[in-house]
Amino acid sequence: MAEAFTKSMARNIFYGGSAFFFLLFLALTFDTMGQLPNRDNRAALEGELGPVIAQGKALWENNDCIGCHTLLGEGAYFAPELGNVYKRFGNSTDAIKGFILSRPKDGIPGRRSMPQFNFNDEELTAIAEFLKYVSEINTAGWPPNIQG
Amino acid sequence: MKYQSQSVAKLYFIAAIALFAAQILFGLIMGLQYVVGDFLFPEIPFNVARMVHTNTLIVWMLMAFMGAAYYLIPEEAETELFAPWLATLMFWIFLVAAGLTVAGYLLVPYATLAELTMNELWPTMGREFLEQPTITKLGIVIVALAFLFNIGMTILKGRKTVVNLVMLLGLVGLAVFFLFAFYNPTNLVMDKFFWWWTVHLWVEGVWELILGAILAFVLIKTTGVDREVIEKWLYIIIAMTLITGIIGTGHHFFWIGTPEYWQWWGSIFSAMEPIPFFMMTVFAFNMVNKRRREHPNKVAILWALGTAVMAFLGAGVWGFLHTLSPVNYYTHGTQITAAHGHMAFYGAYVMINLTIISYAMPLLRGRNAANPPKSQIMEMWSFWLMTVSMVFITLFLTGAGILQSYLQRMGENPQSFMAVQDQIALFYWLREIAGVVFLIGLVLYIASFFVGQSDPEAVAAD
Repeated sequence: MAEAFTKSMARNIFYGGSAFFFLLFLALTFDTMGQLPNRDNRAALEGELGPVIAQGKALWENNDCIGCHTLLGEGAYFAPELGNVYKRFGNSTDAIKGFILSRPKDGIPGRRSMPQFNFNDEELTAIAEFLKYVSEINTAGWPPNIQG
Repeated sequence: MKYQSQSVAKLYFIAAIALFAAQILFGLIMGLQYVVGDFLFPEIPFNVARMVHTNTLIVWMLMAFMGAAYYLIPEEAETELFAPWLATLMFWIFLVAAGLTVAGYLLVPYATLAELTMNELWPTMGREFLEQPTITKLGIVIVALAFLFNIGMTILKGRKTVVNLVMLLGLVGLAVFFLFAFYNPTNLVMDKFFWWWTVHLWVEGVWELILGAILAFVLIKTTGVDREVIEKWLYIIIAMTLITGIIGTGHHFFWIGTPEYWQWWGSIFSAMEPIPFFMMTVFAFNMVNKRRREHPNKVAILWALGTAVMAFLGAGVWGFLHTLSPVNYYTHGTQITAAHGHMAFYGAYVMINLTIISYAMPLLRGRNAANPPKSQIMEMWSFWLMTVSMVFITLFLTGAGILQSYLQRMGENPQSFMAVQDQIALFYWLREIAGVVFLIGLVLYIASFFVGQSDPEAVAAD
């Protein structure tokens, strides 16, 4: 690099640039937090099904569902996207419950299969309601179609 | 090795390599499960194999970063480590915690592990890469604090170099942004938004400072180029990293419920994220070309140059491939993401860690500068086998991802996820074959520590 460009100039660009863009990031975050109430379906969390959805999220986490599936496109790529599964299953929580319930304990020979988690009806309802809540988040039109 | 206390790094490096081997074995299991769906089912379901694959990766990265810090910080500071015993103690705590966590993944169902570790008291589990029980996460914080205290005190009492300050800044950032792992609201959008503060601001933020500092250290040592020149490069590279990478976090905020303006911020800034990686490539080759000495550790220089090239390709080029929001709309959460993840992690972080291990291990094992030629040649073979097979893994996953995006999201009749997976199985088979080649490379890498050890060490041809 040219001699005119000194190490202390490089250092100042580093500290100044990092600080500026981190502050900008904080400002954008602040603005995002202000907009989220209109997008993130928190009404569902604050409604009467709120505790059920919260239980569903806990079950989602405690069984590491993200280890195979994506949720809003994030997670593992081994099994289908579930952010819109409620819609894909015909806007039916019963269809989701039925699917989870029907998984064979020993899998399907030669094919990928979801484990049988032995959830009771209350747990199945919680998971289905959680997935319904997720499907109603405003995701800027993603995924491109119902297949996820 | 100039200071006795640097030797603590050896423990960290050995554990890192052992975890690396575990990571690859579980990667191969997962790769096979992609095409033989019931392989090891239900004993080791895919999600468990994946947790082991990604968590051993993260832990061995942290192990190697700490080892690198314990090696280079005393040398740069020109003083002994503040408390070598603390570094040894923390090593064993970290290793046992990591071992117990992985054993927990493998031996009991994940829900049981959550129950045993009382996850309901402070739920943090079950989120990608942050699957560790809360108690393990707390352990990581304690280890990180003790570690930062140790290296911080070492830097305070010694010479303050740019390499040390950047390394410390990167490691402090690593600890600070890990704290977001403890924030897990029921609101999924908030959960995801701040999950990225750990994940993105690690790998596309502060970890790059660590990468830059390690690379600069190895280049100072092996090329003999004036420190002033290297430090200037280091500052400008990490400046570009954070200037582009912080707002670049926005490329994760396209479709998770966040406002649409992130599509602009995220696309524009993350499109510039390849710039610092390109500068790193230019930097590394320039320094080696301008070298003032012939260092006998040729393979360490090979790893350093390899890091610069592969990080640019994996993180830079493959990142750019799907970072613009109109493209990402179709590729988000497909095998394209997996392709990028593999080459970026290998190119940037696996390779920089193997660079510092390659440079430091001969010295830690009592050599003057380098391993004997026989050992170096075997390590070079492992470099090429692992690197070329990773290029192929990436290409095959990219092929799979393009087809997946098209068949599932773009064509006339979009097909279901599983129908598409069946049609792209060939690519998964090819990826698995490339993975086996990678394993062979890894076996050679480990073997290189044992061959020709009684031979005289390599000397520079002047």
